[in-house]
Amino acid sequence: MSKSILTRRNVLQTGAAAGAGLALPTILTAGSHSGYTNAPTGSTVTLGFNVPQTGAYADEGADELRAYMLAVEHLNGEGDGGMLSTFSSKTLEGNGILGKKVEYVTGDTQTKSDAARASAKSMIEKDGAVMITGGSSSGVAIAVQGLCQEAGVIFMAGLTHSNDTTGKDKKANGFRHFFNGYMSAAALAPVLQARYGSDRNAYHLTADYTWGWTQEESIAAATEAMGWNTVNKVRTPLKATDFSSYIAPVLNSGADILVLNHYGGNMVNSLTNAVQFGLRDKVVNNKNFEIIVPLYSRLMAKGAGANVKGIFGSTNWHWSLQDEGSKAFVKSFGTKYGFPPSQAAHTVYCQTLLYADACNRAGTFNPCGVGEALEGFEFDGLGNGKTLYRADDHQCFKDVLVVKGKENPTSEFDLLEIVEVTPMEQVKYAPDHPMFAGGDLGACNPGA
Amino acid sequence: MLGLEKKDFTLLLIVTVMVIFAPFVLNPFPEGTAMAQMFNAGYPDLMQRFAIFGILVIGFNILFGLTGYLSFGHAAFLGAGSYAAVWMFKLLGYDIIPAILLSIAVSGLFSLAVGYVSLRRSGIYFSILTLALAQMMFNMAYSVLGNPSSSYNLTNGETGLQVYNSDPQVLLSATDPNFPHLFGLSMRSETHLLVGNWDFTLNAGYYLSGLFLLLAFYISIRIFRSPFGLMLRAVKSNQQRLNYTGLNTRPYTLMAFVISGMYAGLAGGLLACMDPLAGAERMHWTASGEIVIMSILGGIGTLIGPILGAGFNEYFKNILSKINDSILHEWLSFLPDGFEDIMVTLIHPFVGKGWHLTLGLLFMMVIIFLPGGLVEGGQRIGKLFRRKKADTPSDETPVE
Amino acid sequence: MDAIILQILNGLDKGSAYALIALGLTLIFGTLGVVNFAHGALFVIGAFCAVTLNRIFSISFETTDPTKVDFLGNPATIKTTYLEHWFGAGPAAWMTDWSVPLAILMAIPVMLLVGVIMERGLIKHFYKRPHADQILVTFGLAIVLQEIIKFFYGANPIQTAPPDVFIGTMDLGVWLGFEANAIAYPYWRMVYFLFSTVIIGGVFAFLQFTTFGMVVRAGMADRETVGLLGIDIDKRFTITFAIAATVAGLAGVMYTPITPPTYDIGVELLVLSFVVVVVGGMGSLPGAVLAGFLLGIVESFASMNEVKNILPGIDQIIVYLMAIIVILVRPRGLMGRKGVMED
Repeated sequence: MSKSILTRRNVLQTGAAAGAGLALPTILTAGSHSGYTNAPTGSTVTLGFNVPQTGAYADEGADELRAYMLAVEHLNGEGDGGMLSTFSSKTLEGNGILGKKVEYVTGDTQTKSDAARASAKSMIEKDGAVMITGGSSSGVAIAVQGLCQEAGVIFMAGLTHSNDTTGKDKKANGFRHFFNGYMSAAALAPVLQARYGSDRNAYHLTADYTWGWTQEESIAAATEAMGWNTVNKVRTPLKATDFSSYIAPVLNSGADILVLNHYGGNMVNSLTNAVQFGLRDKVVNNKNFEIIVPLYSRLMAKGAGANVKGIFGSTNWHWSLQDEGSKAFVKSFGTKYGFPPSQAAHTVYCQTLLYADACNRAGTFNPCGVGEALEGFEFDGLGNGKTLYRADDHQCFKDVLVVKGKENPTSEFDLLEIVEVTPMEQVKYAPDHPMFAGGDLGACNPGA
Repeated sequence: MLGLEKKDFTLLLIVTVMVIFAPFVLNPFPEGTAMAQMFNAGYPDLMQRFAIFGILVIGFNILFGLTGYLSFGHAAFLGAGSYAAVWMFKLLGYDIIPAILLSIAVSGLFSLAVGYVSLRRSGIYFSILTLALAQMMFNMAYSVLGNPSSSYNLTNGETGLQVYNSDPQVLLSATDPNFPHLFGLSMRSETHLLVGNWDFTLNAGYYLSGLFLLLAFYISIRIFRSPFGLMLRAVKSNQQRLNYTGLNTRPYTLMAFVISGMYAGLAGGLLACMDPLAGAERMHWTASGEIVIMSILGGIGTLIGPILGAGFNEYFKNILSKINDSILHEWLSFLPDGFEDIMVTLIHPFVGKGWHLTLGLLFMMVIIFLPGGLVEGGQRIGKLFRRKKADTPSDETPVE
Repeated sequence: MDAIILQILNGLDKGSAYALIALGLTLIFGTLGVVNFAHGALFVIGAFCAVTLNRIFSISFETTDPTKVDFLGNPATIKTTYLEHWFGAGPAAWMTDWSVPLAILMAIPVMLLVGVIMERGLIKHFYKRPHADQILVTFGLAIVLQEIIKFFYGANPIQTAPPDVFIGTMDLGVWLGFEANAIAYPYWRMVYFLFSTVIIGGVFAFLQFTTFGMVVRAGMADRETVGLLGIDIDKRFTITFAIAATVAGLAGVMYTPITPPTYDIGVELLVLSFVVVVVGGMGSLPGAVLAGFLLGIVESFASMNEVKNILPGIDQIIVYLMAIIVILVRPRGLMGRKGVMED
């Protein structure tokens, strides 16, 4: 009621206002009026939130959307301001971005590369979105990142953990706040060595797609470096629901560790099946059999119920962190929605703030200017401690959390406990590391 | 004209006019209004989809509409076409002509192989055979042939096949746009026409797809009216009798299958030209199911039905999935506050993340109440209209 | 050897689910002549009966405990279930523990009702329509049903544990002369297999030994003649459909502890079940059961590393490959009869 009518592509309105009196058509070739795609000229700026609203990751997408709406509120000066006050850069004052009120449009990625690109395209072409963000899968992130590079808008990746996103598929217009498979492996390996020793035989079950492959490669390399032997690496179909026929061969394989390179529904099912087959009660080579889930998500851990207890993994962020930024975010999110935010929610909230701040510092929405402002940007106060957006590959470097399924949860949200915060230096790698080689950032593309 | 009867020529003319003026007709609301944000469909991506899926369903209709063979695996040919096109981009460069030619050829070959096997059976067995073969192709594309670390990475798996700067692109010259193009005209290039408060986008890719749609439509009319088309209809009405007369129908049905497969390949190739990334998801059996739905929605066995069905489906898919609560509030802002909230709560489950639900309900409605699809709906409305104006009878026959 | 026996057990287990769904599909197809694409959704409804009962058991009232705090630092709320409040802690714990088997009692009336409503409200009007229309309307219904489930339960998997006594594995190897723990198989999976054999046996006995069953079998063999005999087919059709729905629903209830249910499991299961039905032979009930177990076992064997090393990715396509070979070699499927759905 009280809200003003949303205006988009205000440039056209201004153009149209001039033409209206004469009622003569004005012909514009794309972008000839500005230096970059969808330059906002009115009093608002439109961001495109591209999240899975249907399909297996719909709940995670819904949580991302909640965080986005919260971020927009805070940017526009409504609500309690959340992490705006703890963020080390102070350009965000609750007056939108560059003085323009933030508006948003939403799309459904369906966790399919094709559909995600289509919805991103429609937000760019129809709604005039100047930035696209979101997603809950690496395949989608890479596909949409490529599209944004072609279309000339900034892409702030959501939940994507594959090495490729900032490795061989990196793009100048794309930025990733989330950590990756290599970092998970680097953070997990020392903890695993301390708990389980360095004489272990690991068996990998891996979801047969981009993310699974890169994580398997990373974990195998890191654990082999500390003396573990990799017994087997078995690929499982992404659409599989019953993993019994992949778990059964583990029983007598001589392995004493099972690594589940699975995420989402795959992880819940394979873990449930592994526990069903009594793997956790087994003693092999005089050692207790152990299961590892390298990438944890609290939302998904809930689906696995009691099966996650005591199982190690890593996560980008967890609501129980006690730094000022995390506390402010949890408070703001929890007060509004009644439950703590997930790591996906945290990462997309940060991405929105980082984008807004970069625009403010660059003084423009031009993707090249924004990109320059983000490259090599160091910041603090967004929940992960000191963080660097590396210029070479647009990957964020920050501390990584090693977590374990909690033995005695005190509430339905209290599923993971933080075992160790691995410092940034330990998970850092050279931009030309072989696992990330072959990519080409290219030049930033401002579009037309 | 053009070897068509008057009625068919009129139909072709209507479709031509539709294609030319779609960017205007589909943008009925002025820029910046809530209605525009909700209902305008005149932006390049969606219009390209209208045309491309129109081609796909026209092709499907040649098989299903004429012969009655219900293929549940046509999306696989679309995917094969897309992969072929992107490979051309990777190897040769962004010129779309070799890409489209190869995508038609590759899909033709695939459909020849699939058709040869599955047409040995008919009815539900044929449907399941095509479904099984297509699911095999999907699984191969999704993971088996898509592992970047293997030596046989043909599809790049879940991420989708795309062009990298390091690809050979041997024919690429320095002046070519870095995007699929026809003789240097990028598929992305567009002209904005501003009239009053309206903004109309004229996009090169759309008009190219539109041109192919017209060509596809013309060929389909010719097939419908040819002796070959008559033979296919005979297969549908009573194949047994045909077989008893000593006629082998399989070459005819195989021909129809391959033609419709090539149509799907063309659509897949065009899809890659408008957006040079080929994802495996477009081959999944639910995508094939969607093709069937589009053809039934439009009106099976009719000429214009496929275009209507494809347009209807794509339009609602794109529009419904983008409506969120804030748009709903804006759109209903003319209502009193309390009532507005109730309405938003009521509509909420059906839009945004609930768009599958709405689409599912719409399909059911159409199939239950309009077995002949939108064409039948149009005819019924037409009849109603004529009955009311009984004093001025028109001799218009409903378009087929 | 032990690996092979384990995979046979896995195959039987997967096959149980395929067989139960395929059995219902065949029953519907054979008697009503309808291709029901919403059958996977019926399995899902059954699975969510178990989830719902679990939720009902955990409906609770809240009291504030000032000594503890929640994640925002406010006083924590302690939830006590009504179940515990009314029956005491012991029986409440027992009921929650056994909620999956208890859900069968709830699922039977629910599924019968769903079946009757579906048949009377929708399917009935499609007997005379082409198969394509039947496929599409049920396909649409499947989407609607699963979206309704998603609206209430979300998209994430929901863990539903079996009763405590069935957690863990049973050492089958020792009986067969293998060393200890060589063949350890989860209790609940064995329960599922036994359960499905009981259901399958029940359905066959019902069709074999009751008058109703006789009419249904007669209808499957020659629908026209049965109609001409003046038997009230309509009512029997409704009951047959409801039974088929219940079989699928019960398969879903008992499946929840094996893999936590999500709203969309029906989609993948449905395609597999159709393949099963065709491989078994359209309209043949024993064929459906046989093919279900057969495909389950073949799929399990294809997932073995020894097989995958020779043919990478074979586990992803084996079921479809089997179907193609069977249909081409035996046009009517393994046990299909002449004259059923041949065109």
